[in-house]
Amino acid sequence: MTSYIIRRLFMGVVVIFIVTVIVFLFIRLLPGDPLTIYLNKTDMQQLTEEQLQELRVKFGLEKSLPMQYIDWMAGLFKGDMGQSIYYDIDVRILMTERMPVTLYLGALAFVISGVLGIAFGVICALKRGTWLDTLVTLLANIGVTMPSFWVGIILIYILSVKAGWLPVSGYISPFEDFWESTRRIIMPVTCLALFPVASLTRLTRSSMLEVIQQDYIRTAWSKGLKERLIVSRHTIKNALIPVITVIGVQVAFIFGGSVLIESVFNINGIGRLATQAVQNQDYQVVQAITLIMAIMVVIANLIVDISYGWLDPRIRYE
Amino acid sequence: MSLLSIENLKTYFHTYRGLVKAVDGVSFNVDEKEIVGLVGESGCGKSVSMLSVLQLISSPPGEIVGGKVMFEGQDLLKYRSKSNMMNSIRGAKIAMIFQEPMTSLNPVLTIGRQLTESMEVHLKMTPQMARERAVELLRLVGIPDAKRRLDAYPHQFSGGMRQRMMIGIALSCNPKILIADEPTTAVDVTTQAQLLELMRDMVDRFNTALIIVTHNLGVVARYAERIYVMYSGRIVESGLADEIFLEPRHPYTIGLLKCVPQLGETRQERRLEPIKGLPPNLINMPPNCAFLPRCNYAIDRCNLEPWPSLKHVGGRHYVACFREILEKS
Repeated sequence: MTSYIIRRLFMGVVVIFIVTVIVFLFIRLLPGDPLTIYLNKTDMQQLTEEQLQELRVKFGLEKSLPMQYIDWMAGLFKGDMGQSIYYDIDVRILMTERMPVTLYLGALAFVISGVLGIAFGVICALKRGTWLDTLVTLLANIGVTMPSFWVGIILIYILSVKAGWLPVSGYISPFEDFWESTRRIIMPVTCLALFPVASLTRLTRSSMLEVIQQDYIRTAWSKGLKERLIVSRHTIKNALIPVITVIGVQVAFIFGGSVLIESVFNINGIGRLATQAVQNQDYQVVQAITLIMAIMVVIANLIVDISYGWLDPRIRYE
Repeated sequence: MSLLSIENLKTYFHTYRGLVKAVDGVSFNVDEKEIVGLVGESGCGKSVSMLSVLQLISSPPGEIVGGKVMFEGQDLLKYRSKSNMMNSIRGAKIAMIFQEPMTSLNPVLTIGRQLTESMEVHLKMTPQMARERAVELLRLVGIPDAKRRLDAYPHQFSGGMRQRMMIGIALSCNPKILIADEPTTAVDVTTQAQLLELMRDMVDRFNTALIIVTHNLGVVARYAERIYVMYSGRIVESGLADEIFLEPRHPYTIGLLKCVPQLGETRQERRLEPIKGLPPNLINMPPNCAFLPRCNYAIDRCNLEPWPSLKHVGGRHYVACFREILEKS
């Protein structure tokens, strides 16, 4: 078990390394120059070539690509994520400011989607063929097909603009004003959780229906156990094995979704920061955000793989 | 009065290709402590009729459309499958062992959990008591090192051991009837014999009646006191084991016995004769005898009249055939 985790962590490091190379190169492939954007912002277009060169040196942009990459890596090992070109501050400051927002929304969406998705799936499977199953399955099918940002815009239009029940956009910390904060995150969290809930519902339902037909469920019935016990003890644990895989993937999906949703709802998390940083070609910020997301996804997948062993005794880590 | 009597049981499956009359008017009875064999080839409805007794047919597509299952003075078919009444019968009064030991145990629960749960439910045992009895049961069914095995999982057991465990589970609540649905089909021959001996010893010890469902005539010949022969959803012949083996009267039974080798016979003395043709497709069956297309004894009457019902031919021997065939074998 320990050696398995160590091996997986090592593989995770390799994956993260590859991600850093790719994002480092791709952001630099974009046409344009971060300095131009920075200068446009600061109204300093009339710089001499010497002054420009000075700025390049300040941000380390005068070096060759491999050198820049090595600089970035060396910085990371010292806990330094580099300097944002656009904001002209330490990337760490940006991260510590923006990260909690995204983590809070993402964690809520993750928990809600796990609980609701599995609950809906189980209920649908048990009530198979009834109007409830038909309705929830239909909604789940709609849910997986609708783009979340579009749902976000529709929700804003209906709930905020027309009905006036919820604030249009923005975010405040729950520590500042819990109720106001909750009112503001209802719509973004709904949008983030929409696809995960829908896809988990569908998967849990089909997995449950498959398990229900297994011989060992018939054996359980032949023992005279009550339906509730058969579902809770014999069915759900088996049905969750494939579901857990997808729950791991949802972590990546929710981070990806936050990029869109935070823009739609004007929330200053790292998702929106990522969008802006790409537009501004703020190399270090894009790199830092991608790196953090990659690390989280790798860790989530590791947790998923370990939890298989808890669900299914046939799995051995060797 | 018999312990269990099934009267005119009908179980149909509604499939896309048509109605399948898997069990079409089967009557059957079992006395206390009796060992009864139910024989027939694959797909003749023998498993389905036994699953119908406990209402374990998955519905849809299956449906028990008619008949009675009389047990202890009650018609079990009057109760819904998920009713408390059926739950108090299943496992406690009538227990079942299934064909596939590899798939009929839950892979994610320990042996102990799966052994103790029916005792906790039916005998209201505490977990500790049930565990102690589970150890004893595992010893009785011949699993060594029983105490440690309780925490093992099914995948750590061989097919034969799993089937032993199934026998232990089935007998844990001391049922009146044990239905063994092809219990030895999926295990190898040496294990088959051990399992059958074990089952016989166990039902003897627990005073349980045993119904062995099988396509293996050798199995019933050795263990069953009374035999039912099933073909295409109906009982075609029934009687004491001797009556069936020594004086088979239905062309199907005769055919079955001709294709079983007997000890001491050489190839020159008697050739094995397979029954020609295939079992019928159960969808949209004609009303006359289902065995007719394969029958060597057919007469005009067989084509004209619907399937004959069972008639008494002496002793406890019943046969469903228009011809009065008597072949000594």
